[in-house]
Amino acid sequence: MAKRIDVSGLNAYYGSFLAIEDISMTVEPRSVTAFIGPSGCGKSTFLRTLNRMHEVTPGGRVEGKVMLDDENLYGTGIDPVAVRREVGMVFQRPNPFPTMSVYDNVAAGLRLNGSYKKSQLDDVVEKSLKGANLWNEVKDRLNKPGSGLSGGQQQRLCIARAIAVEPKVLLMDEPCSALDPISTLAIEDLIGELKERFTIVIVTHNMQQAARVSDRTAFFNLAAVGQPGKLIEIDDTERIFSNPSVQATEDYISGRFG
Amino acid sequence: MSTAPSHAGKRSSTLQGGRLPKWAPYAIAAGSLALGIGISAAAGLSSSIQWALIAAILYILGTYVVAAKVENRRQAKDRVVTSLVWVAFLLAVVPLASLVWSTVQRGTKVLDGYFLSHSMGVVADSETGGGIYHAILGTLEQVGLATLIAAPIGVLTAIYLVEYGRGSLARAVTFFVDVMTGIPSIVAGLFILSIMLMFEMEPFGFAGSLALAILMMPVVVRSTEEMLKLVPNELREASLALGVPKWRTILKVVLPTSLGGITTGIMLSIARIAGETAPVLLLVFGSKFINSNPFEGAQASLPLYIYQQYGSGEAAAYDRAWAASLTLIAFIMILNLVARGLARWKAPKTGR
Amino acid sequence: MDTTQIADAPPPTPQPSAGEQKRAARGATRPGDRIFLGLSRGSGILLLVIMAAIAGFLTYRAVLAISKDEGNFLTTFEWNTGVNPPVFGIAVLAYGTIVSSIIAMVIAVPVAVAIALFLTHYAPRRLSGPIAYVIDLLAAVPSIVYGLWGALILVPNLNGLFGWLNDYLGWTGIFDWQGGAARSMLTVGILLAIMILPIITNVSREVFRQVPQMHEEAALALGATRWEVIRMSVLPFGRSGVISASMLGLGRALGETMAVATVLSPDFLIHASLLDPGGGTFAQNIASKFSEATEFGRDALIASGLVLFVITLLVNGAARAIIARRKEYSGANA
Repeated sequence: MAKRIDVSGLNAYYGSFLAIEDISMTVEPRSVTAFIGPSGCGKSTFLRTLNRMHEVTPGGRVEGKVMLDDENLYGTGIDPVAVRREVGMVFQRPNPFPTMSVYDNVAAGLRLNGSYKKSQLDDVVEKSLKGANLWNEVKDRLNKPGSGLSGGQQQRLCIARAIAVEPKVLLMDEPCSALDPISTLAIEDLIGELKERFTIVIVTHNMQQAARVSDRTAFFNLAAVGQPGKLIEIDDTERIFSNPSVQATEDYISGRFG
Repeated sequence: MSTAPSHAGKRSSTLQGGRLPKWAPYAIAAGSLALGIGISAAAGLSSSIQWALIAAILYILGTYVVAAKVENRRQAKDRVVTSLVWVAFLLAVVPLASLVWSTVQRGTKVLDGYFLSHSMGVVADSETGGGIYHAILGTLEQVGLATLIAAPIGVLTAIYLVEYGRGSLARAVTFFVDVMTGIPSIVAGLFILSIMLMFEMEPFGFAGSLALAILMMPVVVRSTEEMLKLVPNELREASLALGVPKWRTILKVVLPTSLGGITTGIMLSIARIAGETAPVLLLVFGSKFINSNPFEGAQASLPLYIYQQYGSGEAAAYDRAWAASLTLIAFIMILNLVARGLARWKAPKTGR
Repeated sequence: MDTTQIADAPPPTPQPSAGEQKRAARGATRPGDRIFLGLSRGSGILLLVIMAAIAGFLTYRAVLAISKDEGNFLTTFEWNTGVNPPVFGIAVLAYGTIVSSIIAMVIAVPVAVAIALFLTHYAPRRLSGPIAYVIDLLAAVPSIVYGLWGALILVPNLNGLFGWLNDYLGWTGIFDWQGGAARSMLTVGILLAIMILPIITNVSREVFRQVPQMHEEAALALGATRWEVIRMSVLPFGRSGVISASMLGLGRALGETMAVATVLSPDFLIHASLLDPGGGTFAQNIASKFSEATEFGRDALIASGLVLFVITLLVNGAARAIIARRKEYSGANA
């Protein structure tokens, strides 16, 4: 059920400012692709073009093609709301709905799409929470507010919420940057399990993390502040970290800048 | 995921949903407006309120039906809320626009130099002529005196709360400033009235000023407090570190930095009390004659003049009431605009 | 004069309280400082004194009046203060004040919330700024102007609506209309709604603007439509803010004097129908009865004003308490 993403000639703007320029890449299904690069290089912006979240930002605009298997996300007649159901997203800071319980948070996406029997919902909630390695920690307090969990648990709750609607792709925007090392480890393990079922794209600042969790890595860079960000190269993670084909990648990875 | 409900799976097979064209909402709006007017004309309904309501209901229903047919239920709900929000906005605009429009249109009828420079001295309510000079004079004096009382007390209280205030006294003051903001103007009037009854005093302008000052103080305190809090602490510390005493730091550093904002707040609060009628009605009583002494004898005031002209029920008096309303609104709006302009002009410049 | 006093010797007389000592440590020992602190603290104390005086004086005059009241002050349907013995009670006024305010809230709150949502989530960005500015200005229009407009423009235009309500809903009794001028509780409620609309809109808009982006994105990323985003993220976050905004509006509606006095044609009865002219509110009754009232009559009016004062204090206090709790809540989550 995971799908392939094929991007070609993609530009993204904030108003008249070109934030990322001419990006083309393929993201393989059932794998983890990591985006790395210095701050402001547009990797998060690019991630948000993959589920049409970029246009939510005032002035946000996209040109180019993003194919999800054989459908162009930016084609005519495409419903962005339907796109976001297919392509789920986890954010930098855990953002469970503060007024909802753990259970309601996970069920939120399903409830949007019509009525379900209680037993069906129960099944999906349990399955999703198990899928996010959270079930054992919260099964006794499903009706407590989601905001009462620890940061790492909240982030896994958000992952459970995202996978409950069975997306084809899961986008993660620096999902561990607000978490402590132990919670980070738990999420990284989880990513390894989730890639059996989903296409996963993860933006990260942490290069060890990219090396640990991803199969392929894309390096983004920008010539200077105020210039658009560009994709420098994308390759198997092992190759990027051992023997990249572009000098800038090696400089960045070896810590010479960024 | 065998437990995933089947129809969710069906929907997700395509990203394509039926989409209404961009012009659809406008077409539905135009259609329902035409239909609303048509139905009202056919049924002989005269009031514009009626056909507007019919059109609004048709628009919302039409949107739902069309969207549910072409798109899906969720989209239809979304569109209904969108049209509800638009309808609410338009419904609210109508009375507010009508208020401004009718004041301007009817107010300009008798508003001229003569009107502004003459009193109602020997003019009966049913006659044309007369003016609002005495009322303007009264309002300026009463509001001016109220400002002289309320502004210093308000600013000093705010300084106390921001610069010195800790402990239970400051907490009590903060709480009661909030409470005072909510006092109905007529209650402030009754308070001064109860004092006047005690000393068997006749109505006079300054009594009104006292009630207005009570209404003004909490507003000044609040806005000044906000402004003082915007002054960065580093500035105070820099001054204190130079050995400047605290009171001179406040006078020479803190106040000048926030002067623009404080002035804006005071002007906005003047604008607020200038339109108050109830306390003036109780305490100043109103007069047809020019009385430039706020400390003795009944005085007129603009809002009170409007009320009394309206109350007389004569056509000529209505014209005068509208003209006085226009004058009052103009005065208040100019104060507002100048105050906001000042705030923008004096606002701390951000980088760039 | 500043240079000589860098190292202040402690004052010879021991300070009486710990608070005073703390203040001394902060440097309030110079004459200038002492005077300035005295002035500003004095102003704060003066505010407290004024509040106490308001409560005290009103209560005193009210007791004078109520002690001579031959009727029951709370339940009498009459306001005869010029006769001996005087008979007066606030039942009709309390009913009218509450009913007109409820009508105003029922109309104004949903519309204001919708406009606030319109400004924050629906209107084109180029439009929403200027519109918000104009609404801000409208909040400054004096109530007497609303009253004049209500009496001369709104009232004649309501006849059609009243006829309609009578035709279709007259059977309920609440919307029964005898066909007099539309100067009834419903008219008052509609006018009050228009008046408090700007303030409720402004406060709600502020609250909606503060909804963290990440909550809205959480809903969006699940595939929520714009309305679903509002329902899942914006409204739950803004609920307490909207409640307190409504309470502020309610406080205004309860105490509004001139607009009611110009629009309502009052009497001292409780009418089952909202469309029949008649009834009254605390503030309107004071303004209308004041000029003919004797000294005792004025005391009686002050007594009714005291009741209004207490009611508005309770409403505003509740609004502030909700705001304060919200601050703690959002602070803890920040």
